[in-house]
Amino acid sequence: MVELVEVKNVSFGYDGNLVLDNINLIVYEGDYIGVVGPNGSGKSTLIKIMLNILKPSKGSVKLLGRDINRFNEWEQIGYVRQKATSFNTGFPATVEEIVSANLYPRIGLFKPIRAEHREQVYKALGIVKMDSYGRRLIGNLSGGQQQRVFIARALVNSPRILFLDEPTVGIDLNSQREFYHLMERLNTEFSITIVMVSHDIGVITEKVNRIACMGDKKLICHKSDSRPQISDLLKKVYGDKMNLLIHHH
Amino acid sequence: MLELLQYSFMQRALMAGAIVGILCPLIGIFLVLRRMSLIGDSLSHVALSGVAAGIVSGLYPLTTALAFSVLAALCIEALRKRYTEYAELALAIILSAGIGIAVVLISWAKSINIDLFGYLFGNILTVRPTDMWLISVLGIFIIGFVRLLYKELFFIAFDEEGAGIAGIPVRGINLFFIVFIAMTITLSMRIVGALLVSSLMVIPVAASLQIAKSFKQAVVLSVIFAEISVILGIIVSYYLELASGGTIVLLSVLLLLSVITIKNILHWFLLQSRQ
Repeated sequence: MVELVEVKNVSFGYDGNLVLDNINLIVYEGDYIGVVGPNGSGKSTLIKIMLNILKPSKGSVKLLGRDINRFNEWEQIGYVRQKATSFNTGFPATVEEIVSANLYPRIGLFKPIRAEHREQVYKALGIVKMDSYGRRLIGNLSGGQQQRVFIARALVNSPRILFLDEPTVGIDLNSQREFYHLMERLNTEFSITIVMVSHDIGVITEKVNRIACMGDKKLICHKSDSRPQISDLLKKVYGDKMNLLIHHH
Repeated sequence: MLELLQYSFMQRALMAGAIVGILCPLIGIFLVLRRMSLIGDSLSHVALSGVAAGIVSGLYPLTTALAFSVLAALCIEALRKRYTEYAELALAIILSAGIGIAVVLISWAKSINIDLFGYLFGNILTVRPTDMWLISVLGIFIIGFVRLLYKELFFIAFDEEGAGIAGIPVRGINLFFIVFIAMTITLSMRIVGALLVSSLMVIPVAASLQIAKSFKQAVVLSVIFAEISVILGIIVSYYLELASGGTIVLLSVLLLLSVITIKNILHWFLLQSRQ
């Protein structure tokens, strides 16, 4: 199996307070991993370290087999950040302009957008079923539609791996159902590896094929092949009072 | 009307004004959308102290203002990194330092007050050929560069973190951009004045945001509103013998109010026709 991300002995702290302690995680091609854990357990920090937004105080990260500090194939990586939909809604940008933005590094400095780039934009918008909204202002869309636009932005370069940080926060139930359906399609139909941080433990354990639980600054990985095993794992992280209730979207 | 163009000072003022009318909103739109509007005020006060230093030392004031404001822009960028949680603190520190230096220099050489008045409020009569050439050459250079970096500046304005992850050289572009802000403020001072230059960077943008249906449209409309204000402002200030800066800014406010009023009236008609 091809290793797309390798997190090795990574530790990280804010102002001397340890948040991550000796984390090890490998993401294989084709994985659909859910990273869960209590608030403040360092889930988002871990994703930010994987994306080189934060530097670990100890350990190393490899993306697509290369040390992250020398990694330069960012078009292979898609990222939908936490609260992506809580941007300045008065920003006068169309859906097309927003999705095009992720193509800019590939187009290069000083070079204009051409017809072939527009085709890529509408192809990505088509995947998330937003291709008829290209000329609409992003601020005029609903939360669920905005989220799909940000996913299209992350998909516009046809990435091999997609990182999502709490993507269902502030999204209504219908949009959440569509979102998880889309993630399944991206993983199976488009062979995109997915790493998703989520608080929605019940749903995520249903949908993903691997789960990574974070708690007490550590990370425990587990194959989600057996429901009772996941339940035990989550009890370890959240405490004995934790009961896993699965609700189907 | 055409007699205006016979005067060489008017030709210079209109030429420099046309450049400033593009430059200010072009930089201003990114400032407004990045919520950095206050940076214009901070740097214009520093540019004023640069003018005072130039007059006191006998150097060309616009060059010293340019040097002072570019240096201050770099200091702001350095301070923003030190005070990441209080980014506006950097602007307050630089603004205070700018006023402090300007006041000390002005009180030191009292005779320079008359010259400074033009730099404070803008005066079309005092636009010299050297000023016009400096504004034209540097102005066209900045406009060209912003045009070339347009898509990257847009991405950073919308989502700075996302731009960095996507591979945009955010730090380098931010550095260039802050230097462009400093240069724009200094160059525009001759026409609108140090105290009003940030208004020309913000008000036409505010008007365009009311009606723009895309980012590209917002940029074009901001430039159109600023050009109308500047050219009309220069002409009106000549006939009514007013300070050009104040006239230009008041006209841009009038344009903003007109846009808001027309938009509200159209909205009201639309609602009526639906009922």
